[in-house]
Amino acid sequence: MITQYLFYFLSFVAIFSALLVVFSKNPVHSVLYLIITFFSIAGHYFLLNAQFLAAVHIIVYAGAIMVLFLYVIMMLNLNKETEPHKSTMSKFAAIIAGGLMMLSLVAVLRGAEVNQMKASVNNNIGLTQNLGKVLFNEYILPFEVSAILFLAAMVGAVYLGKKQLD
Amino acid sequence: MLTNRSKVVSKKEMSLSERLYLPAIASGLSITFKHIFKKVPTIRYPEQKREIASVYRGQHVLKRDENGAERCTACGLCAVACPAEAITMDAAERKKGEEGLYREEKYASVYEINMLRCIFCGLCEEACPKEAIFLTNRIVDTEYGRNSFIYGKDKLVEKIDARIDVSERQTEKTIEFKKISLAIIICLLLKLRI
Amino acid sequence: MTGYIIYQIILVVAIFTVSLVVALYATYGERKIAAILQDRVGPNRAGPFGILQPFADGIKMFTKEEIIPETANGWLFIIGPCIAMLTACMTGVIIPWGGTFELGGTVYSLQVTDINIGILYLFAVVSFGVYGIMIGGWASNNKFSLLGALRASSQMISYEIAMGMSIIALVMMTGTLSLGEIVKQQDDGYCNFVYQPLGFLIFLICAFAETNRAPFDMAECETELVGGYHTEYSSMKLGFYLFAEYINMFISSAVIVSFYFGGYNFPFQHELGLSGNLLTVIQTIVFFGKIFFFIFFFMWIRWTIPRFRYDQLMKLGWKVLLPLSMANIVITGLVMWLTGKIN
Repeated sequence: MITQYLFYFLSFVAIFSALLVVFSKNPVHSVLYLIITFFSIAGHYFLLNAQFLAAVHIIVYAGAIMVLFLYVIMMLNLNKETEPHKSTMSKFAAIIAGGLMMLSLVAVLRGAEVNQMKASVNNNIGLTQNLGKVLFNEYILPFEVSAILFLAAMVGAVYLGKKQLD
Repeated sequence: MLTNRSKVVSKKEMSLSERLYLPAIASGLSITFKHIFKKVPTIRYPEQKREIASVYRGQHVLKRDENGAERCTACGLCAVACPAEAITMDAAERKKGEEGLYREEKYASVYEINMLRCIFCGLCEEACPKEAIFLTNRIVDTEYGRNSFIYGKDKLVEKIDARIDVSERQTEKTIEFKKISLAIIICLLLKLRI
Repeated sequence: MTGYIIYQIILVVAIFTVSLVVALYATYGERKIAAILQDRVGPNRAGPFGILQPFADGIKMFTKEEIIPETANGWLFIIGPCIAMLTACMTGVIIPWGGTFELGGTVYSLQVTDINIGILYLFAVVSFGVYGIMIGGWASNNKFSLLGALRASSQMISYEIAMGMSIIALVMMTGTLSLGEIVKQQDDGYCNFVYQPLGFLIFLICAFAETNRAPFDMAECETELVGGYHTEYSSMKLGFYLFAEYINMFISSAVIVSFYFGGYNFPFQHELGLSGNLLTVIQTIVFFGKIFFFIFFFMWIRWTIPRFRYDQLMKLGWKVLLPLSMANIVITGLVMWLTGKIN
């Protein structure tokens, strides 16, 4: 019962702050609303008993990535005056693209079955120990591949950050 | 080179223990730790006072004579002698019936010392021919405003019922010395005149 | 069930109060220790030995004029110190302040909640703590504040990595993420420090950086940045920022003790043959003794070592501590493999 109310509350907060991310004029405010969104999503993870995912979500997204976002925005001091002027053409294109997206979403949701998926998975899969066992046994290959992807990204970042020789 | 403690700067490569930085931190910590057991040299002022000399030159006092009359005659020698120009005064004539208040026929109706200007050198005391002004071993109180540091007669003249002892400063020797120096100055002045 | 909830509420309030009181007296302790290390007297006017000094400071802070700069971002300016204070107080719930005690047939634990992701929770809260400084620094609309905030955030992010890495070695050894479990494993007298000296050193240095304490107090170095991120703050909002630092210090001391110095355990505790409740009381006292030692250590370091330069700070974080913590993980893994703990 209480989880249901929590779910509605968190969903409301998540969607509301997500909308505010889009609509607020000040980029710093946008970032702060995005952080609130991340927190409510972490709350959803908690409701699903995925504690590890929730904590990591907060550490990585709210704690590290958004700090860097905020850092860059504060450094560049973006505000209304520095916002690039958008032509009418691009605004028009954006409206059409958004409308199409909306249309396809509505179509997909209409076609989807209303019945919820049966919770066939183990309820405790989100706990750290179980998650680790699954990751390092059944999904070892995708895990290692994503590790290599991160390594490549890291090497690329270091290369870009290095001083050019010439 | 005076203290023999100067060190020549060397740009040698740091050794491993120096680069680790931790031994240096440990030695620094031990130095600060030793200070815990050192004696605190602070003197906790209002309760505990630093011993000062009996002839310490602190806040001034304008003396009265044995009968309680003010000795100052507003001659202005102290103001002339003052290197910091801290003393100002106004002279007035003694009226009839005021003989108990002022010793001489002329007296200082206003006598002000700016304690912020005063350098407590004691020249006013030396200049005074009437043994009227003395520096005492009292310390000038702290105040909040600059104006309150200009001490008038209300603060400078000693209270009748609370006379201030200056016998330490007014010994026979000093009186003698003052008389002699006054005589010398008068002789010199007369000589110059002639 | 109701009794349990009431107990939990009492415990949370008690922990909150204790951390506030300890932080309150840490401000007094800081000034007193600074004075003692510098052969001075320190605060001694308010009450005997100046014992009421923190309250005098608090009254002063509350009654000072509250200034919000005209160009500041109103809401965020207020939220900044609130977040700093909130995140400082949030960590106390997962720290095991003592063993269990029995009252009227029911067993109560002195740890509010032993969630099985305790360490991750700790990191989540710590990583969220940087927002208090960033938001406050940005909302002040002042260059010095912004620079202080940027310094603080980059410093905290950098040191969080090394801190996490040093903890991974500990987690490998203990095999759990719950603080209560980690402390319980150390009750044989061998604390984790014996097995993880390098990890402890890295964690300690990172704790200094995370709490923005000297020698890493780049965010508020007054010689370069006026007051750092709280330049524009006044009254109790400034007080909150300063106070949060002391709560952070208290909590991080508690975390260090729990991780590496056996938490509430002390040597030969089982040989004494004490009854359960008495043992718990002594354990809690011992725990606080260890915490106070580390708070003293924080202050001792502050009045000994000069502030790092910013490039030195970054160099230390990325080029020294991070590789060292990685090496620590590898060494821990190797030792565990050789001793047959893992196959």
